Amino acid sequence: MPDQLINLIVDGVPVSVAPGTLVIEAAKQAGVLVPHYCYHPGLPVAGVCRMCLVEIEKAPKLQIACATTVTEGMVVKTQSAPAKDARKSVLEFLLINHPLDCPICDQAGECELQDFVFQEGRSGTRYGEYAKRFNPVEDFGPDVLYVPNRCILCTRCVRFMDDVAQEPVLNVSERGDRAYIGIHPEARLNHPWAGNVVDLCPVGSLLSKDFLHKARAWELDKTASICTGCSQGCSVTLDTRDEVVVRVRPRPNLDVNRYFICDHGRANYRWMNRGDRIEAPLVRRDGELHATDWDEAFARVLGILRGASGKAVALVSPGASTEALDLARRLLSAFEWTGAFQVVMGEEAPLPGVPNLALRAERAPNAKGAEQLGYTRDYAAAVKAAASAAVVLVLDDPDCPVETAGALIYAGTVLPPETACRAAQVVLPIANVAEEEGTFVNRDGRAQKYFQAKPAPGMARPAAWVLGELAAALGVAEAPR
Amino acid sequence: MGYPNKPHLKETIVLSQHFGDADARTFKGWTKRGGYEALSQAFKMTPVEVIEVVKESGLRGRGGAGFPTGLKWSFMPKEKKKPHYLCVNADESEPGTFKDREIMRWTPHALLEGTAIAAHAIQAEIAYIYIRGEFTEPWTIMEKALAEANAANVFGKIKIVLHRGAGAYICGEETALMNSIEGKRGNPRIKPPFPAAAGLFGMPTTINNVETLTAVPHILKRGAAWYKGLCLSNPKSTGTKLFSVCGHVQRPGNYEVTMGFPLKDLLYEMCGGVPAGRTLKACIPGGSSVPILNREETERTLLDYEGCVAAGSMLGSGGVIVFDDSTDMVYQIMRLARFYAHESCAQCTQCREGTAWTTKIMERILAGQGKMQDLDLLLDLSENMTGKTICVLSDSCAAPVVSGIKKFKNEFEDYITGRRKPVMVA
Repeated sequence: MPDQLINLIVDGVPVSVAPGTLVIEAAKQAGVLVPHYCYHPGLPVAGVCRMCLVEIEKAPKLQIACATTVTEGMVVKTQSAPAKDARKSVLEFLLINHPLDCPICDQAGECELQDFVFQEGRSGTRYGEYAKRFNPVEDFGPDVLYVPNRCILCTRCVRFMDDVAQEPVLNVSERGDRAYIGIHPEARLNHPWAGNVVDLCPVGSLLSKDFLHKARAWELDKTASICTGCSQGCSVTLDTRDEVVVRVRPRPNLDVNRYFICDHGRANYRWMNRGDRIEAPLVRRDGELHATDWDEAFARVLGILRGASGKAVALVSPGASTEALDLARRLLSAFEWTGAFQVVMGEEAPLPGVPNLALRAERAPNAKGAEQLGYTRDYAAAVKAAASAAVVLVLDDPDCPVETAGALIYAGTVLPPETACRAAQVVLPIANVAEEEGTFVNRDGRAQKYFQAKPAPGMARPAAWVLGELAAALGVAEAPR
Repeated sequence: MGYPNKPHLKETIVLSQHFGDADARTFKGWTKRGGYEALSQAFKMTPVEVIEVVKESGLRGRGGAGFPTGLKWSFMPKEKKKPHYLCVNADESEPGTFKDREIMRWTPHALLEGTAIAAHAIQAEIAYIYIRGEFTEPWTIMEKALAEANAANVFGKIKIVLHRGAGAYICGEETALMNSIEGKRGNPRIKPPFPAAAGLFGMPTTINNVETLTAVPHILKRGAAWYKGLCLSNPKSTGTKLFSVCGHVQRPGNYEVTMGFPLKDLLYEMCGGVPAGRTLKACIPGGSSVPILNREETERTLLDYEGCVAAGSMLGSGGVIVFDDSTDMVYQIMRLARFYAHESCAQCTQCREGTAWTTKIMERILAGQGKMQDLDLLLDLSENMTGKTICVLSDSCAAPVVSGIKKFKNEFEDYITGRRKPVMVA
């Protein structure tokens, strides 16, 4: 296809792009970020902020890069005096009614208005002593606040609700400098995907109540991860402050979730910070579980595995990493093996504007991975088989109603008071998803890696390390690195 | 001037011939006066033939931009693959302009006939006439005329629909008008795509002004050569044009003159000049959106597209606003800026914020609290508001401000220095 590409020059850098590409996207390929507000690759083009005005040779006036398609031989200048002046003036116009309350604004530090003003705006105001536009804060929905004074009316939120969520409850109300984002008087911004408007908002106008005043943007560490909310497998970023997960945001992935995540996934992080974790290996001594070190715990597990034969049952969480699930199976490879998992189900909630994107009814990130490794969904049968098995391994499934005449080994993050897993001979403390690196396989069979965002508590280790050490000792896998 | 007075001898009466003649409003009365002959003639021609005649006549858009009408029609796809639409812009809202209102009040059938001819030429099955919401009388008259014409079945397969605006100035912008017909907020759309490619409901669409279309039946009946001959100055501007004169003249009203007619004669002879004892100070020749002319410029302006540009303004919609020496230009410009600030659709940053800021500065100058640097600031803001937005509303706010400061700077300075008493701005 190379002969079909369009050649153009952006700020002196030649690039070749597919026909129909917008100048703003072609510029990205040339390594040039054209400052913009209303444009977003996941939304229809509006062309209203006028921030991305660029000079195009032979064009009579400045053109907006977000609505101009490339043509052969086009020469684009984003840093020419007219283009820079135009941007400077847009920034000035945007700021005259802006409260400049960055010190108390959640967006500060990740605000596109702040960034571009800092980059090329005026240092002082010419607006003088006029009053700024004032409208009170509005409660838009379960997790969204609207602060109209900070709004630059880019309409990203309106277009998201209109065209992507396809529940048009937002609009631009009023005209001229009185305009603000309005919500239908009888509606709430409670669409299952509505939280995306907070991410889309380039300024601090739409805020997440959940994240409100929790952290300043510059205090956050960001880690690439995969959402554990359902089997869709959306790419997310875990934002941590001082080793606590404080926010989940979508990470662009054009093949899975584009630029969005659902509100269920967005809110699904508090358990990652649970304080009631198992922090040391436990072994049963005189009928009681006692804390010990990894050496004794491993020795007990290996003793059980080496001394038993016949049936083994693995009851696993479909939220465990593919690596851990694989090792859990290998560990029991000398036995007559049954493996199963159970999936919590919920309501499916599609995002209409994006094909094949939904909050899936299956609320587990790695059911497909477990299935591919031979674990079955016949959980009830596996629980029944466990009763007479020689060895039962429960992997991070504390709700499992397990009862066995054989030896019970539990590898998990928590050990609630009522859990059947308290009957285990050995309890192995493992890391949760935010504390380890691993792979999930989403419902479409796409294997996706997630990374460690924070340290595991106490002596807890990633399940893949724990099971890997044991499997290596048995000679069924290489020792983990 | 037609109704209520007799036309002036120097007028060229074409469109305004039946102004004041109530009988011409009726279908019977209109056909008696030769009405709908041009339409039957057009139906016997192919669309391309009609377009060629209009092209040849040199007719240009009367709404403000002056785009050649025949050329615009020729942009419509020749091979029809989708429904075609015609929009008629009867949302006459430009301050100082009231010609389309009179056309609809007195000769509704002339507009309907021109509309049907244009629809035939661009192969449109439906024509929407978008009538300004405040035009209650023209609306009633148009409704009645359309019912009569439909009863007489003169439009063939063409369906004409009247659509009523809701009072937004911006809905006179062609793409905002289309959004408004579609039931959406009247926001101008980014172009491209141009209406001929994707207009109303995403289909190929042509949009024309009322006065433009009303001229079309005359062109078909009397020939392109006749129309082309109606030209006193530049051959690129042909035909007659209605000028709505208001402000400080003895006889305000609609005057129809041949393109290239001197503005001086229109004001001093036909309109009787400014009130006795006063002198002309300034004039806006084409509706509030065009630059203001001072007296000297006014007196040398020839009323056609090129003549107005040569004098430093634009022909625009033909709404002539006249100011005599009693006028406070600063106040007038503030009023204009306030109008645009009120009507800005709020899409583009420069327009949303710039029109309001401009108004605030103007109000402060009038209140005696202006500073000398405010004038430079106004000019700089106007520069930043010009040529950078989706539509030209922002430019329209800047035009009178820039020309006003350039030509009447002393009046601004009088307010700033305190030589002139502050004005209470309501």
